[in-house]
Amino acid sequence: MSQSVLFDAPGPRTVRRHRLYTVLTVLALLALVAFAGYRLDQEGQFEGDKWEVFVTPSYVEFILVDGLLETLKMAVGGIVGAMVLGVVLGVGKLSDHALVRVPCWAVVELFRAIPVLMLMIVLFFLWGIYHGSAGPFWCVVAALTLYNGAVLAEVFRAGILAVPAGQAEAAYGIGMRKSQVMSVVLLPQAVKIMIPAIISQCVVTLKDTSLGYAIAAPGLTAVARPIYLEFQNHVPVYVVIAGIYVAANLLLTVVATFAQKRFVGEKKVLDVPMVGEAQATEKA
Amino acid sequence: MDVVVDNYQFIGIGFAATVLLFLISGIGALLLGTLLVAMRVGPIAVMRRAAATYVTLVRNTPLLLILVFFSLAAPKIGINFQFVKIVISTGWGDIRMTNAFAGATVGLILYTASFVCESLRSGVNAVPVGQAEAARAIGLPFGGVLSNVVLPQALRAALPPLASTLIALLKNTTVAASVLVLESAYALKQILDKTPGTVEKLWPIGVFILVFVILVELLSFASGRLERRWRVAR
Repeated sequence: MSQSVLFDAPGPRTVRRHRLYTVLTVLALLALVAFAGYRLDQEGQFEGDKWEVFVTPSYVEFILVDGLLETLKMAVGGIVGAMVLGVVLGVGKLSDHALVRVPCWAVVELFRAIPVLMLMIVLFFLWGIYHGSAGPFWCVVAALTLYNGAVLAEVFRAGILAVPAGQAEAAYGIGMRKSQVMSVVLLPQAVKIMIPAIISQCVVTLKDTSLGYAIAAPGLTAVARPIYLEFQNHVPVYVVIAGIYVAANLLLTVVATFAQKRFVGEKKVLDVPMVGEAQATEKA
Repeated sequence: MDVVVDNYQFIGIGFAATVLLFLISGIGALLLGTLLVAMRVGPIAVMRRAAATYVTLVRNTPLLLILVFFSLAAPKIGINFQFVKIVISTGWGDIRMTNAFAGATVGLILYTASFVCESLRSGVNAVPVGQAEAARAIGLPFGGVLSNVVLPQALRAALPPLASTLIALLKNTTVAASVLVLESAYALKQILDKTPGTVEKLWPIGVFILVFVILVELLSFASGRLERRWRVAR
């Protein structure tokens, strides 16, 4: 339903009323900005030396190399691992053998239900704590791999099921074996439908790298502390770091939208079942 | 096993705080999200754009940054929640809903509301055009169209994504542990910190994971039931 369906074309009185609402909204928003600005100014957060660090080359390098680069490394590691795990679990859930299908289903359900942060804490205390400074980094990567792998397994499964049944039947008809049907016919076609969902999951992964904060992992959230301890500029630091995250995620979203248009078309969005629902759809 | 038995009160308090965080921020996020979606589909262009900007910005910011902002940065500009001092005394210990808890709740509400808005908007889009047209034809103004005709149907259509959002919220409450709210993830961290030996650690880990999986499955089950009961015949 398009937006204009919800309301009539405004008549002269409504136009006047809407104009009033517009002015009031703008005033309210301006008041909010002014209040924030006033508070920031009162506490001296606008002073040049609180913001200067973000244009000082050595600190910019610190934020980009020790912060953004580490965050991206964790995100890429998590996504690559999750793709591999996702294919294995997703295909496993479609297996004809209950011995493969049921464990894969259990693993997917389990890791989709555990909060990523709890997963990180568990991995950290079981393994990371004994492995020095590299420990937290790999705990974040492993936790992101397990969680996103479970989510992507559902995406892969839904994608494979979305390929028209005739494709698999035709492949069986010309004498292909099960593994061939999957790897030569179904997966290549499924990937096309799944690309937007996979990229959206990349956004989630990138955001979740920040959770490493709780186990002292490197990354953008970790570089904030030394900077605000040195310059007492808590607000600017977090505004800048949130800005970097938002920019990176918007970039990914643009790519996802493009991929959706290019590979899938406007309307069809892959329907991925949520936690606890997966078994019900299996029977359907 | 001893670790779990010795700390059962501590664990109980942790999960009670998790559930409280979830309930309060869930209700708050649903209210704020509904307000946002009304602005998002309404006739006033400025409100539409403001709501869209809010949703885009907040959805792309990590929740942890929002919570840390309210915990570390906001007090520096005079925004704090010191006035919140609710301590619920139970036989097992105190559930402390003080400034850290309040800050985390506000952060969770602001973050989750953007997802609620998007879920509801997808529901609004699923309502057949004729419904809104008929509502307009009998002379309902925009508020009436939305509150009496479109939103009740949109809510039913949006139940699956809304349930996903609420499940995500339940899991996201653990992020509050990073800003020192004593909830389940924080309790787990504390227990693991003072437990030596890998085998002894496995017990509390297993218990925490089991309880969390049960909570998530309960929510998922409830939403499934609600969805069947509320389904609109179309």
